[in-house]
Amino acid sequence: MKNQFENRKLAIGGVLILLALIFIAKLFYLQIINTSYRLSAENNVIRYVPQFPARGLIFDRNGKLVVHNEAAYDLMVIPSQLSEFDTLDLCDILTIEKEDFLISLKTARAYSPYRPSTIIKQINPETYAKLQEKMYRFPGFYVHTRTLRKYSYNIASHLLGYVGEVSEKDIKKDPYYKLGDYIGKSGIEKSYETELRGKKGVKMYLVDVHNRIKGPYQSGRHDSDPIVGSNLTATFDADLQTYGEQLMQNKVGSIVAIEPATGEILSLVSAPSYKPSLLVGRIRSKNYLALARDTLKPLFNRALMASYPPGSTFKTINGLIGLQERTLYPSTTYGCTMGYHSRGLTVGCHSHRSPLNLPSAVQISCNAYFCNVFRNILDSGKYTDIHESFDSWRNYLISFGFGQKISLDLPNELKGFVPKSSYYDRYYGKKGWSSLTVISLAIGQGELGITPIQLANMTAAIANRGHYFSPHIMKEIAGGNDNKEMFIKKHNTAIDSINFIPIISGMEMAVNGQPGSGSTARIAKIDSIIVCGKTGTAQNPHGEDHSIFIAFAPKDNPKIAIAVFVENGGFGARYAAPIASLMIEKYLKGKTKRKWIEDYILKTDLIHGEQKK
Amino acid sequence: MVSRRNNVFANLDWLVVILYLVLISVGVMNIFSAEYNETTKNFFDFSLRSGKQMIWIGAALILALLLLIIDSRFYLYFATPLYVIIILALIAVLVVGVEINGAKSWFVIGPVRIQPSEFAKVVTGLMLAKYLSGPNIKLQNIKNLIIAGVIIFMPALIILLQPDTGSTLVYFSLIIVLYREGLPGILVAIGIALTVLFIITLLFDKLIIVASLIFLAFLIYFFLEKKKKNFFIGLGIFLVSGILFWGANKLFLDNKINIYLSLLLVISFSCLIYIILSFAKKIKYIVLILAILAGAIGFTYSVNYFFYNILEDHQQKRINVVLGIESDPLGSGYNVNQSKIAIGSGGFSGKGYLRGTQTKFNFVPEQSTDFIFCTVGEEWGFIGTTIMILLFVFLLLRLLMLAERQRTPFSRIYGYSVFSIFLFHFTINIGMTIGLVPVIGIPLPFISYGGSSLWAFTILLFIFIRLDASRSEFL
Repeated sequence: MKNQFENRKLAIGGVLILLALIFIAKLFYLQIINTSYRLSAENNVIRYVPQFPARGLIFDRNGKLVVHNEAAYDLMVIPSQLSEFDTLDLCDILTIEKEDFLISLKTARAYSPYRPSTIIKQINPETYAKLQEKMYRFPGFYVHTRTLRKYSYNIASHLLGYVGEVSEKDIKKDPYYKLGDYIGKSGIEKSYETELRGKKGVKMYLVDVHNRIKGPYQSGRHDSDPIVGSNLTATFDADLQTYGEQLMQNKVGSIVAIEPATGEILSLVSAPSYKPSLLVGRIRSKNYLALARDTLKPLFNRALMASYPPGSTFKTINGLIGLQERTLYPSTTYGCTMGYHSRGLTVGCHSHRSPLNLPSAVQISCNAYFCNVFRNILDSGKYTDIHESFDSWRNYLISFGFGQKISLDLPNELKGFVPKSSYYDRYYGKKGWSSLTVISLAIGQGELGITPIQLANMTAAIANRGHYFSPHIMKEIAGGNDNKEMFIKKHNTAIDSINFIPIISGMEMAVNGQPGSGSTARIAKIDSIIVCGKTGTAQNPHGEDHSIFIAFAPKDNPKIAIAVFVENGGFGARYAAPIASLMIEKYLKGKTKRKWIEDYILKTDLIHGEQKK
Repeated sequence: MVSRRNNVFANLDWLVVILYLVLISVGVMNIFSAEYNETTKNFFDFSLRSGKQMIWIGAALILALLLLIIDSRFYLYFATPLYVIIILALIAVLVVGVEINGAKSWFVIGPVRIQPSEFAKVVTGLMLAKYLSGPNIKLQNIKNLIIAGVIIFMPALIILLQPDTGSTLVYFSLIIVLYREGLPGILVAIGIALTVLFIITLLFDKLIIVASLIFLAFLIYFFLEKKKKNFFIGLGIFLVSGILFWGANKLFLDNKINIYLSLLLVISFSCLIYIILSFAKKIKYIVLILAILAGAIGFTYSVNYFFYNILEDHQQKRINVVLGIESDPLGSGYNVNQSKIAIGSGGFSGKGYLRGTQTKFNFVPEQSTDFIFCTVGEEWGFIGTTIMILLFVFLLLRLLMLAERQRTPFSRIYGYSVFSIFLFHFTINIGMTIGLVPVIGIPLPFISYGGSSLWAFTILLFIFIRLDASRSEFL
C-alpha cells in the first residue's frame, strides 16, 4: 500500500538533517572558531563586578556644594573560589576579630557558595591601600568600590534625608536594586532617588586561580558603563539653614522659610536635629538606633509631621474670610472688656485700648474682636444653617493649603487636620452645636492641626496677596524636571487680593508700631526693612504654651515668608518672633546686627533648662 | 497471548531502546554535574536532583516495561476516551491546580506533583492518529482538516490559559504530521511565507515593508507578463513620479523625507500606478497579485498588533534579543548570553566532567532543566555537543524509518506525532541555548531534569515501540 504522500518523508528528513547541520555549524563557531568565549584551562572564571555610579551632588540655591561623595570599599567573597589563606593575616590588615570574620564567612557560604557576599563593608582608603598590596594572597576575595555621602555643611538632615541599604520591599518593587545596594530613604535623597542614583553598569573580568584579574572579558564587549547620577540644586540657602539650626539649638520646634514668589523652601529646620554625617557608613546603624531611641525624637521631622493649633496667627485668616464674606469691613470696630463674653462663656483677652478696628485688632491681637468676626462669618444668615456656613469657612482654609499635603517633593509630610461640620455632628449631634461651640477656632485654638510648612505656606499666600506656589525643595536638576508644571502652578486662594490690605497693615503695625501702641511683636522689627508679622501662642496639653510667629518681608515685593514654632516657648513674641526676625535679617542682609537678641536666643536652653537651674 | 508477548520482545526495535537508555544515562550524569560542588559529592544523594532523577528513571523503566506488555490495539480503541479524559484534566488543572513558576499547570496530591499537559501530548498524538486513519479522511477535505486542527489545538489552547507558552507551541509541531498525511502544499508554502513576513515585520519599518511588498508584486507581475513594452512604460512612470516627488519634497516639505524613504515611496507609487494601468487593460493575474498584496500588507499590520498587544513584555524581549533588535546581556538576554559563554568556553574537547565553572547554577538559571545543554557544551566541548546532536539525529531518523515501515495508518501517524514532538523539543531547546531561537522554556527530551517530562517522553516513545513491535499483526 503505497501512500501518495510518501515522498514527503524526504522533505521532513531533509529538514531534520539541515537543522542538525545548522546546530553543529553554530556550535563549531561558538566552541572552536570564536576563541573569545573560551577560557583557558586553569579554571579561569568570569567575575561580574557591578559598577556603581557616583550619586548626584546636591548644591544649595547659591551653588554651594552641600553633599558630595567619597570612595569606600567593600570586601567581597565568593566562597567557592576560596583556597587556603592566612586568616589571621587578613584579620590583622582589616583590624577585625578572627571570630567575627569566621562567622561572616560562614554566613556567606550559607547564602551561596557561588554568589558574591559582602564580608566587610566600607573599608577606609588607608586600610584598602594596605589590603590591595596583599590581595594576591587571598583568592576568592575581591574589593568592590562604591561611594558614600559626604557633607561639606553638616546641616539640613531633615531636608536632605539619608541613604541606606535597600530593603526586601525595595528590591521587590524595583528589580534595579540588588541586595546590598543603596537607596535614598528620606528627604531629597528619597524624592529624587531615580535621578540622583544614576544607572549601574557592569564589568566582566577574567580572573585566574590566584585571584588576579587578567583583564576584561572579551575586551569589554559585554560591559556597560555606569551613568553618573544627576546633580541637583536645592532651593535652600546653606548659610540661612546653618543659622536657623544654630538658633534652634536646645529648643524643640521648627522653622520653615519660603520664597513667596516661587514656593521655594529657603530653609527648613526641625529641632532637635542631628548631623547628616551620623547616618553614613559603618556607624550608621549604631547611630540610627541611638537617634531612634532618643526621647526628643530627633528623627521626627516636625516641620512636616508635627501638627499644632496655630494660635493667634490664625486671626489673620479669619479676618480675611470675614472681609471676603462681607461680614467684616476694615473699619468695623468691636469693643473688648478683658475678653469675649457670650451666654456665660468667656474667651479671655489681655488689657488693651478699646474699641479697635481691624488693623489694630491684628496689631494688638485682640481675642474678643476675632470672636466677633468669626461668629459673624458663621451666623451671617447667608447660609441655611451652621453646617453650610462652617463648611464654607472650611473651604477658605482648604484654599490656603490646610488639611492637605502641600509640598511637591518632601516625603512623609502629614496632612494636618481641619474639621468638617460632620465632625462636630458626631460629638454634639446635628443640632447640638452652634458658632459659640466652636468659638476657639476664632483664635486658632481647638480642633485644628496645622503643620509648620502649612503655616509658612499661608504666610507666603498672604505675602503674595492671595496666591501661593506649592512649597518645594528642588530648584534645578540636570536632565530636567518631569513635572515642571506643578512647580510653576499658581494656586489662588478664595480671598480677593484687595482684602489683604487691612490684614497686612495690621501685621506691619504688629512689628513696627510705636512703643506703647500695643504692638505685639516689636522685637521682630528690623531697621530699614518693613517686616509684617503676627504672633501666636498655642495652648496645648503638654505644658507651657507654644511660641509661634509668622512673618514676611519686605512688605512690598516680599522675598521671604517664614513660620517659626518653639514648643513650650510661651508667648509668640518671646522666642518665635526674635528667631523669625533674625532669620529674615540674615537672609535679606546676609548678616545680623542685633547681637543681644542673637545671644539671648542662642543662650536659651528650653530642653535642659530645668536641670541647669 | 503468551506467544504474542514473546513476539513483542523479539520484534522490539532494540536500536531505539538503546538510544533511549544512552540518552537518559547521559542526562542524569549531566544533572549531577550541573549541581556539583564541593559539598555535594555523592551521586546517589536523594536530596539532590541527580538522585531524584535516578528515582524518576527507575519509575520510567518500569513504566516502559508495562507499556510493552499492554496490547497494542488498546491505544486504537481507547484513544477517544483518553483524549476526553485529558481534556477534562487540563480544564480541571486550571481550577484546582497549583501555580508553580507562574503557570497553573500542576496537580499536587500529597508528595506527588503531576503536570497533565506533559501527558496531553501523548494522547493528542493517539487521537490524531485515530482520526486521520479513519475511512475516507482526507486532509484536502476542508472539514476533515478543520477537525484535525481542533484535535491538535484544543489542548494547546487550554494549556495557553495556564499560561504555559512553551507547551502550547509544542502542538504546532504536529503540523508536520498533517504535512506527511497530505496537507495541501500551498498551505505549507503560505505558512512559511507568513513566518518569514512575521520576522521581517519585526525587523524593519512597516513603511519599508509595504513598499517592498508592492515592489515585489510589480516584479512578479512583470515576469509573468514578459513584455518589453510594459517594462518601458513602468520605467517612464517611475521617472516622472520620481521627479514630481523630488520637486514636492524640495519645495513643500523642506526635504524632511530622507533619500531612501523617498526612493521607496517613489517606487511603490509608480508600481501602484503601473498596476492600476494594467488593471484597466484587463491583464490576467492582476487580481490575484493584488489580493495577495493586500493580504500581505494586512498581515504586516496585524503582526504589529499581535506582537505589541498580545505577547507579554518578556516574550517580546526574548524575540527581539534573538532577532538582534535588542541587546540586553543582563536582562532578558542574560540566560542566552551566559549559556553561549558556557558552551563556548568548552572549546573543542571541554573542561572535563564535573570541571565546568560557568554552568554551575550561579550563572545560568534553570541549569539542570531547560539549559542542561550548556553543561554538556562546557564539560564535553564540541565533541560532546556534536555527539549529543548526532544521538538525537539518529533517534529521530530511526523514528522516521519506523513510522514509514508501519503497515497501518494509525501506527504511522502516531509514529510521526512522536517524531514531530521530539524534533520540536530538540530544535527549540538546543536552538535557544546557542541563541538561535527565542528562549522558550521546554525541556530537552531524556536529558533535562524532571519526572513528569521524563515519564511523558517515555510513554510517548514506548507506545510507539510497542505499536512497531506488533506491526506484523495488522495486515
